[in-house]
Formats: sequence, structure tokens, C-alpha cells
Amino acid sequence: MSKIEEQSSGGNQGEIRYLTPLNIATVSKKKYCRFKRSGIKYIDYKDPDFLMSFINDQGKILPRRITGTSLKYQRKVSVAVKRARHLALLPYIGDLVKEE
Amino acid sequence: MQHYETVFILNPVLSESQIEETVKKYQKYITSAKGEIIDTENWGLKKLAYPINKKKSGFYQLIEFSSEGDIVSDLELQFRRDEKVLRYLTVKLDKYALAWSQKRREKLKSKTEKPSEEKEPESQPSEPVNA
Repeated sequence: MSKIEEQSSGGNQGEIRYLTPLNIATVSKKKYCRFKRSGIKYIDYKDPDFLMSFINDQGKILPRRITGTSLKYQRKVSVAVKRARHLALLPYIGDLVKEE
Repeated sequence: MQHYETVFILNPVLSESQIEETVKKYQKYITSAKGEIIDTENWGLKKLAYPINKKKSGFYQLIEFSSEGDIVSDLELQFRRDEKVLRYLTVKLDKYALAWSQKRREKLKSKTEKPSEEKEPESQPSEPVNA
């Protein structure tokens, strides 16, 4: 009998209750297209430092769902990155591209 | 008439006079084909992001020009035949690109003008080469 009581009381203690709901990841920041917002019309392939913000550590182009770029400008970004790669301004493959 | 922009990478083992010579050769070709050179930029010796033909660096040169479209293929054929050229890229400039390149030129000008007051502005004697 006592054991069962202990267990049941222990179970109650293990349950965490909060008086106010925690605000963890309930409000997500809205992503936006930086080209639309800042009015950039042309994405220059000659500027590898700028294109760095659209590739990951391996040198892959980041998807739209991460950068928030609109489709129109994502196409331009990908063309610019590919041109920069051709001219050896950006690597095709690499490790820790951004730290170099 | 269309606006084009071409960037090519020259072999790093060349001497400076050889580089100037080759750049002039291509400029002369464009002007001889009734093109008009708008701007040239020499980026100097840059490290490549990955080795090309076992070279780890190269001289970058940019030429912006306006011409008829048929000379681009001839120009690229010359690049392909020239073993001094490691890579080349020619792109057509649309209206946004034109605005951007103009802005970039102004920015570079204002940047170079301030420090170059001591250096002397690059006054290359434009010899009237019989084109």
C-alpha cells in the first residue's frame, strides 16, 4: 500500500506545471526576402563576400526555406553563385568555406 | 548593340608586360570589330578558390563593352585558343546590371581617387596603335 502511494505521489511531482505558458519557439520570426525589402535588382557574381551569405559551409546553395529569398531572386542568386564558381571566386566543393 | 561584360583569368606565370599585351590584344579585337570598350578593371593577382590547370592563382581582368552580338562567339573562340587564358566568362548585361555596373564604377572611382592623389593617377600613354 505505502509503495503505491509513494509512486503515485512521485508521479505527481514529476509532472511539471507552469502557471504561465513558456514562450519558447511559439513566436517565430517572419522571414523576408532581403532583395525585395532593400530594393536590390541585380545580384553581382563578382562579389563573393556577399554571395557567402547564400551558401553553407560546404559551399552549397542554401534553400529558400532557410534564407527566405523569394523565388524570383533565388533564381538570380543561384545563377550568380554558379558564375562565381566558374570563375573560381567561390569553390564548387569545400570544407569550412566560410571560415577561410 | 548589346552590352556585355567579360571576365577572364590569365596565367599567373606571365610577366606584367605580357599581361598588358594580351589585355590590349583583346581590347583591340573588340574595337576592331566595331565594339566600344566602356570600362576595364584589373583585379590583379588573386587566389583561386580551387586549382585550375594546377595553378592556384591568376590575374583577373574585366572588360565591359558594347557591340553587336556576333563578336562574342569570336572573342570566346580566341579565349579558348589562347593558352594564357585559364577561364573566361562573358555575360550580357540587362538594364539592372547596367545600372549596377555604373554604380560600381562610380564607387571604385571615388575610392581610387582619394588615395591616388599621392600615387599619381594612372596615366597610361594611350599610344595610337594602328587598329
